[in-house]
Amino acid sequence: MAQMTMIQAITDALRVELKNDENVLVFGEDVGQNGGVFRATEGLQKEFGEDRVFDTPLAESGIAGISIGLATQGFRPVPEIQFFGFVYEAMDAISGQMARLRYRSGNTMNAPITIRSPFGGGVHTPELHADSLEGLVAQQPGLKVVIPSGPYDAKGLLIQSIRDNDPVVYLEHMKLYRSFREEVPEEDYAIELGKANVVREGNDVTLVAYGAMVHSALKAAEELEKDGIDAEVIDLRTVMPVDFDTIVKSVEKTNHMVMVQEAQRQAGMASYIISNVQERAILHLEAPILTVAAPDTVYAFTQAEEVWLPNYQDIIEKVNQVINY
Amino acid sequence: MKRTIENIEEQFETFQILNEEGKVVNEEAMPELSDEELKELMYRMVYTRILDQRSIALNRQGRLGFYAPTAGQEASQLGTQFALEKEDFILPGYRDVPQLIWHGLPLYQAFLFSRGHYHGNQFPEGVNALSPQIIIGAQYTQAAGVAIGMKKRGKKAVAITYTGDGGTSQGDFYEGINFAGAYGAPAIFVVQNNRFAISVPVEKQTAAKTLAQKAVAAGIDGIQVDGMDILAVYAATKQARERAVNGEGPTLIETLTYRYGPHTMAGDDPTRYRTEDMDSEWEKKDPIVRFRKFLEEKGLWSEEEENEVIEKAKEEIKAAIKKTDEQPKQKVTELINNMYETLPAHLEEQLEEYQAKESK
Repeated sequence: MAQMTMIQAITDALRVELKNDENVLVFGEDVGQNGGVFRATEGLQKEFGEDRVFDTPLAESGIAGISIGLATQGFRPVPEIQFFGFVYEAMDAISGQMARLRYRSGNTMNAPITIRSPFGGGVHTPELHADSLEGLVAQQPGLKVVIPSGPYDAKGLLIQSIRDNDPVVYLEHMKLYRSFREEVPEEDYAIELGKANVVREGNDVTLVAYGAMVHSALKAAEELEKDGIDAEVIDLRTVMPVDFDTIVKSVEKTNHMVMVQEAQRQAGMASYIISNVQERAILHLEAPILTVAAPDTVYAFTQAEEVWLPNYQDIIEKVNQVINY
Repeated sequence: MKRTIENIEEQFETFQILNEEGKVVNEEAMPELSDEELKELMYRMVYTRILDQRSIALNRQGRLGFYAPTAGQEASQLGTQFALEKEDFILPGYRDVPQLIWHGLPLYQAFLFSRGHYHGNQFPEGVNALSPQIIIGAQYTQAAGVAIGMKKRGKKAVAITYTGDGGTSQGDFYEGINFAGAYGAPAIFVVQNNRFAISVPVEKQTAAKTLAQKAVAAGIDGIQVDGMDILAVYAATKQARERAVNGEGPTLIETLTYRYGPHTMAGDDPTRYRTEDMDSEWEKKDPIVRFRKFLEEKGLWSEEEENEVIEKAKEEIKAAIKKTDEQPKQKVTELINNMYETLPAHLEEQLEEYQAKESK
């Protein structure tokens, strides 16, 4: 096994699937010669040739639109949207078109497309690079939305996303790209979509998180332990569909829940998840489910970013409120 | 300093073979078509005109749903389609149902599409096409993708897509022709310029004197064709197809045409934006009238033959509507099952809920 950063694990997953299936195509802005602005596709064009790994003109709607056309020819496109804040340019092609191909054609066609895209705050980007827009795509029936929290999951989830016969939006938190390494098997392995991971077991409160916030939740759990509060942390891994069974099972045990997301309170997955959990587990809850999220402004300008982004202390505060309700 | 815009219209002179009187004005451009093929073109135009009339009537009786009238545009629609091979892939706009029908879509399924039944979009094996696109221009980037895919597969086939004059204002229009050009992909982009995007005249759509010239910006071939002249439309498409399969890249074809009817049957009133003078001026250019004159001159067409086509069309439409009526009602449970290859848990729950509702 090798120690890999998340970005290396992503490159590795792409390599595995390019090797496994000759229908897999990797393309986007700067992904060819340059290996991607984050080096996610480093060396892939050299290894697999320009026919399979290629640069595109600079147009997100075009990138998403050609993916649909390529799917009709039996390909399995893996386009990159350079930063997910640019996805607004491609919204019709994604939500209006590829998400509906199977439905529209009465199950006679499908779009096995995996859109990869970096997102997430804390890395001092200019505007429209860091926004958490997972809620925007998760609200479109027909799409699946995957957000890994580290290298091991990133590889297994990306491999499974590419193999999925429906469109998947696979979001990569930029802060996680190189922040830590993990043991990642060199062989191929897949992690089932729609299955959450209990990354820390606990009895007093359930913290539901995804992406970079999984690490903030884990840090909060460590601190809370010192005060005698035993938190369970669930990493959703897939935010659409949501693994409610795992969440409900946990809440039945802890009787308390805090929902954690980096997105603004009005955005992201929190509202959807909380409404479903209360429908399924209200009698097990001893307090309202509270939310840790960013304020409902446009994503913060860089100089205010650190305060704007939710952190582990915000989580501790909400946990204390829930426990002492 | 030379200004490039000044003589742009000269570069995009309208290509015509048959004039309004049905006389050949461009002998050297005459496509090689047998007498049978010429008659087939007429057959299809007459048939499609009847289909349009019947569809409008059926819509008014409440027996069809969404319908975008086609009369006036037969040469543009059928002339382009006639230049295709079975393996070519059509990405139509919502007015382009006739091309799908002549590419193999059974009539009753076209009616089901109109009624809003998903079986209308379950194309039979071998009908290479997408269902009609609702979003203006979205099909242009998809067509580029189909064509890039065909090139990667080494297929000797083309992707052909359709939009209108209004569609050329969309970003996706330019992204589509530009992607196809950048990859040298075998695509044909058809713009049926019927002069109005619902009510907005083409003059308000763009400062461009022709829509064909938009090809220049993408570095691809562009041609403006008399869209009421089926021979010119056919010849231009045939040539674009040959170039495409020979690796010479995509072509943008602008056809100058006119829709006699409203935008759709959902309440559009063309008298608000068009004059009767304009209507009658375009009716003089009618594609069927001029092609009939041409064929009669050659002794290939008669009133009896035309009446036979009309009767046949009416009978087939009647039979197709009957088959449409017999189609089982669609269910929400079917729609749920058509969302994903494997249903996620939340949809499994909803499926059960609707199974209970629908079994009542």
